Amino acid sequence: MATASVADAPMTPPPVVEAPREGVSTWPMVDRLFYWLCWVTGIGLCLIAVAIVLLMLVKGIAYLKPSLFIEHPAPSLRQDQAGGFLDPLIGTLIVTTIAIGIAAPLGVAIAAWLSEYGRPAGLARAVESSVETIAGVPSIVLAIFGLIVFSQSFLGFLSQRASNGTVTAQSFLVAGAILALLALPLVVGATREALAQLPGRMREASLALGKSRITTLRCVLLPAIRPGIASGVVLGMGRIIGDTAIIVVLLGSTLRNEPVGGVPLLKTLRGTGSTLTSYVYGDSPAGEGNAPQKAYAAAFVLLMIVLLLNALVTRLTSPAQIGPVRRFGHRAWAMVRG
Amino acid sequence: MLGALSVGSLALIGLMVVTVAIKAWPSFHANGLSWFGPGGDVVTQFRAMHAGVPLPGHSLLYFRAWPLIWGTLIVTGIAVVIGVVVATLAAVFLTEFAPAGARRVLDPVVRLLAGVPSVVYGLIGILAIAPWINEHLISNARRQSVTYVVQLNGANLLTAALILMVMIVPIMIALSADALRSVPGSWREGSVALGVNRWRTIWRVSLRTARPAIAAATVLATARALGEAIMLAMVSGGRPFAPNPLDGLTFFYEPVQPLGATIVQEFGGQTNGAVASTIYAIAALLLFSAAMLSLAGWAVKQPLKRYGIGA
Repeated sequence: MATASVADAPMTPPPVVEAPREGVSTWPMVDRLFYWLCWVTGIGLCLIAVAIVLLMLVKGIAYLKPSLFIEHPAPSLRQDQAGGFLDPLIGTLIVTTIAIGIAAPLGVAIAAWLSEYGRPAGLARAVESSVETIAGVPSIVLAIFGLIVFSQSFLGFLSQRASNGTVTAQSFLVAGAILALLALPLVVGATREALAQLPGRMREASLALGKSRITTLRCVLLPAIRPGIASGVVLGMGRIIGDTAIIVVLLGSTLRNEPVGGVPLLKTLRGTGSTLTSYVYGDSPAGEGNAPQKAYAAAFVLLMIVLLLNALVTRLTSPAQIGPVRRFGHRAWAMVRG
Repeated sequence: MLGALSVGSLALIGLMVVTVAIKAWPSFHANGLSWFGPGGDVVTQFRAMHAGVPLPGHSLLYFRAWPLIWGTLIVTGIAVVIGVVVATLAAVFLTEFAPAGARRVLDPVVRLLAGVPSVVYGLIGILAIAPWINEHLISNARRQSVTYVVQLNGANLLTAALILMVMIVPIMIALSADALRSVPGSWREGSVALGVNRWRTIWRVSLRTARPAIAAATVLATARALGEAIMLAMVSGGRPFAPNPLDGLTFFYEPVQPLGATIVQEFGGQTNGAVASTIYAIAALLLFSAAMLSLAGWAVKQPLKRYGIGA
């Protein structure tokens, strides 16, 4: 009987039934607890982020006035007479320019050497771990290192001499040079990663055309990884703009940017000043100024800059931006034609 | 040419270690190993150095860093212990449980938390969180009970550790989530096919495999936490007091002053030889810890190579 009924059955395959997604309700109590804990942590982190952004938004918008951007800070105990943060804003711009100006070429060079040459291997490994070590050194220690190195008297031309002949080691140049160390590992990391992702045939094609390795690097590889380098640079900028310890120690965090000497431009670079971070620190109850409204306003601007840079990194690293193969075809064609 | 530049970075690290060590030597030499030990008040010791008048019976460089070291250890310790739990749970949520929508929100949230400058964390801590803790959590009776030893206010161990935790968690989440994603899918499928539920699979297979990477992330975060200076200078209370665990709950409300924050507060005296040497000694200790931690981070990651995942 049974066999007959099977034979009589229509030949259509049974409908595919999706296995029901395993519900949590059947799990043991402890497992369920952990499951919900995961949810709680995830949502908790979102809430913290929302709280931070909302707080800064509310306080920032409440205290931010357009005039703050164009007024110099003024020494005053009353917050309405303490001026704006024009000098710190310019200061941030200057140190970021100097630091990236040093870190970007240096970082790309180190990464290129590590990835494309890297001989002898022992030396390459040592350089690699030294870059990693720099990344791990706390910024306050970097600041102290800068203080020691740049207070040598033969480096006095970078900052200024006090009346008793000691070098202060506090200037935009000094701070920028040490801040470059903060960004260096990020630039090196991003560049190396981008170089590693390039298909090997790009190098081979260029070498087969009789180009030297350095020309290959300069004309083929580096142009192809431009988005990668850019994202490293922007990440580095975020670190530089957000750092406070080095600025407080090596820039003097004076209220205004104080030029030293008479040479235009150089006098500002040799002088002390402040950036947005040291302005926030100085105006917080922990600093000397104690002007919380200004601190909130400046912190809001700082946060917006950092968020903007974050968004830029996301855009730079999105897949649509990385098209080395397409660009390589173009490059190779140009090289063949001369 | 490129090679020469690269070797320059090596030379730089060497130069940093050597210069900081040389400048720090007088302080270590004058105090010996008791530099790390307890004894006396750090504020008094710094004041004596500033004045150039040695404390009675001691040299001008007399310094006992224990309150600072202890403060650093407990703040970092609390932040890291809570941070590991939070980061692991969040990484599991991000990689396993979160629906696509939640993932799209959580990814940028983690990046945002990682990107907020430490001075902004410090500002929020001192202007929003510390006053709240001061008003709502510290009772007057508690304040009275220790009034002869130390004054309690909102800037304390608890505030510092909590904010530090929020600061180090994002990097731990990012690294742990990367490790969890690199666990081969077939391993997990094998476990699920045997009838093990998803949490047990995560616990026994994914987290077990990713454990070295999570440990490495923890070490890295510890290094970050040790070196944090500005935020801690703002919210930790700024008094070199060594909180006593025997005080019960009050312990968490006592002020601390970690090593990095001490440098921020005292570096103004760098033209004074004794103060400078002491600061450099603190910096040398931080540099040494950072170097040891990056070595440890490398060491704990080695087992991953055995599984053939990660590097």
